[in-house]
Amino acid sequence: MINLPILPILIPLVAAIVLLFLSKNVQAQRIVSAAAAAFTIIAAFAVMMKVEAEGIQTVDMGSWPAPFGITLVSDMLSIMLVLTASIITFCVILYSFRSIGSGREAFYYYPIVQFLLVGVNGSFTTGDIFNLFVFFEIMLMSSYVLIVIGGTKVQLRESIKYILVNVISSAIFVIAVGYLYSVTGSLNMAHISARISEIGAEPIITVLAILFLIVFGLKGGIFPLYFWLPGSYAAPPAPVLALFGALLTKVGVYAILRTYTLFFYHDQAFTHDILSLLALLTMIAGSIGALAYKDVKQILIYNIIIAVGVLLFGIAVMTEESVAGTIFYLVHDMIIKGGLFLLGGIMIYAAGTSNLTKMGGLIRLYPALGWTFLIAAFALAGIPPLSGFTGKLLIVRAGFEAGEYVGAIIVLLSSLAVLYSVVNLFMAVFWKNPENKLPEEKKQTASLFIPAAILVVLSVLYGVGTEAVYPYVMQAVDALIHPEIYIDAVLKE
Amino acid sequence: MEILMCIIAGLLFAAAVYLMLSKSLLRIIIGTGLLSHGTHLMLLTMGGLKTGAVPVLGEHASAYTDPIPQALILTAIVISFGVTAVFLVIAYRAYQEIGTDNMEQMRGMETDD
Repeated sequence: MINLPILPILIPLVAAIVLLFLSKNVQAQRIVSAAAAAFTIIAAFAVMMKVEAEGIQTVDMGSWPAPFGITLVSDMLSIMLVLTASIITFCVILYSFRSIGSGREAFYYYPIVQFLLVGVNGSFTTGDIFNLFVFFEIMLMSSYVLIVIGGTKVQLRESIKYILVNVISSAIFVIAVGYLYSVTGSLNMAHISARISEIGAEPIITVLAILFLIVFGLKGGIFPLYFWLPGSYAAPPAPVLALFGALLTKVGVYAILRTYTLFFYHDQAFTHDILSLLALLTMIAGSIGALAYKDVKQILIYNIIIAVGVLLFGIAVMTEESVAGTIFYLVHDMIIKGGLFLLGGIMIYAAGTSNLTKMGGLIRLYPALGWTFLIAAFALAGIPPLSGFTGKLLIVRAGFEAGEYVGAIIVLLSSLAVLYSVVNLFMAVFWKNPENKLPEEKKQTASLFIPAAILVVLSVLYGVGTEAVYPYVMQAVDALIHPEIYIDAVLKE
Repeated sequence: MEILMCIIAGLLFAAAVYLMLSKSLLRIIIGTGLLSHGTHLMLLTMGGLKTGAVPVLGEHASAYTDPIPQALILTAIVISFGVTAVFLVIAYRAYQEIGTDNMEQMRGMETDD
């Protein structure tokens, strides 16, 4: 069917609208939202098979030919990310059954999660720059509601800051789109790319590149623009935090990857030097934060920032190998961050606090949780058979080959910081003898543990089955390194 | 004409930045309002301000103004309208719960546990 790429956007959208009518019937909401997420996974998988067999899939909405209407483009990169996002959302929905609480469930929690998935999948799939802005807003508006739903003091306080930062970045996004429109006269991303390569390396294009970097950097949490992230992400409950940590910043990274491979590849000496400098500072800032805190949530949140830095460095090097590494690492990082935040939520629930100094000894009551967390921690740091390894290996090797020695070494050192921070977390939560007496009776955590474990198992499989994933990643890299493929697929010339 | 509009949009941005850096939450929200005005004005200007008929085909004019920026602005206006409404309500709730509209007193971390 020719309209297949729209299904991962349409299914959650329809589900969200249906769920709005079921707001008081919590049981029905759970069934519909889990079923919708499962169908989204199936649809995304079907699109992925189609893309693998037949190349980039495009849908011209309303049958208007490419530069004039809105075109949805599923290339291998976007559909891989759509599939990953759908799987994470599915696991988070399962996790929410037990953890989110009936008060939030009755107040449109599930529809908002579906709307968030609409925004994320749409941002990954769209081929129109203004449509990207609209999908960003769908995603952000849902995240405003998710961050504040429940209405505790911390949530209200942090949501104000979060909304303010995102309102400003959205305004800059619109201005940047306006500038881009006045330079190229088009909104279709493939058409813009073709027009920019006609103009070549004009200074205004470089200015636009930096403007887009500021916008997407604010969404993605890169070095001087990540200041809002630690506070805001600590406010919402664990499943919402898992959604944010796994999806939202990665959409910003995807947008940087897309614009810097499709639009702004003509004056790489300037833009990519800035990218690589910011990537290094992001990794350093994230490492400092991850080592400094004695709080489960904060340690994991600063690990998001480190990962964004690694990804940005992979984009900055911009060779075939480093882009392949970036894609490997992007998918890995989405899965493992989802898993880690869900596990962290269980740990906080089990210990009754998120403060490391007050926790300890949980391994006696929750051995499965402990060992799963350790595997996830090793995967995050990139220990060889697990999933973080391939991506970082490719990024580091590409960095050395491109002569970016400082960057590659900092990527390696940042892995050490990641490993230290999460293993320290593991030892403090599970091994150390607690200062205060822990609750002796074991809390029921099986239904919370299963969705988190699914994500960790997926990440292990992703690491072990690198060979199977490799052709998909290389297909994605091909379309990124050669923008002509993307342009030809969309404009059909 | 474009230069004049650019200057006005720039003034709006300057006012918005000034207001958003102040302590009172309500002034910050007024700042976001001015910011979105400046943005929309900028979008209109970037599409070009050449004279032409309104983009309605019944006019039978030889030249029309560019309809795309107008559609973009319409979209951006409703989005910023929605966001501003949410922002105002959350600010109201925060005032009820926390009891202050001073951003200096809304610092995090001391009660986080």
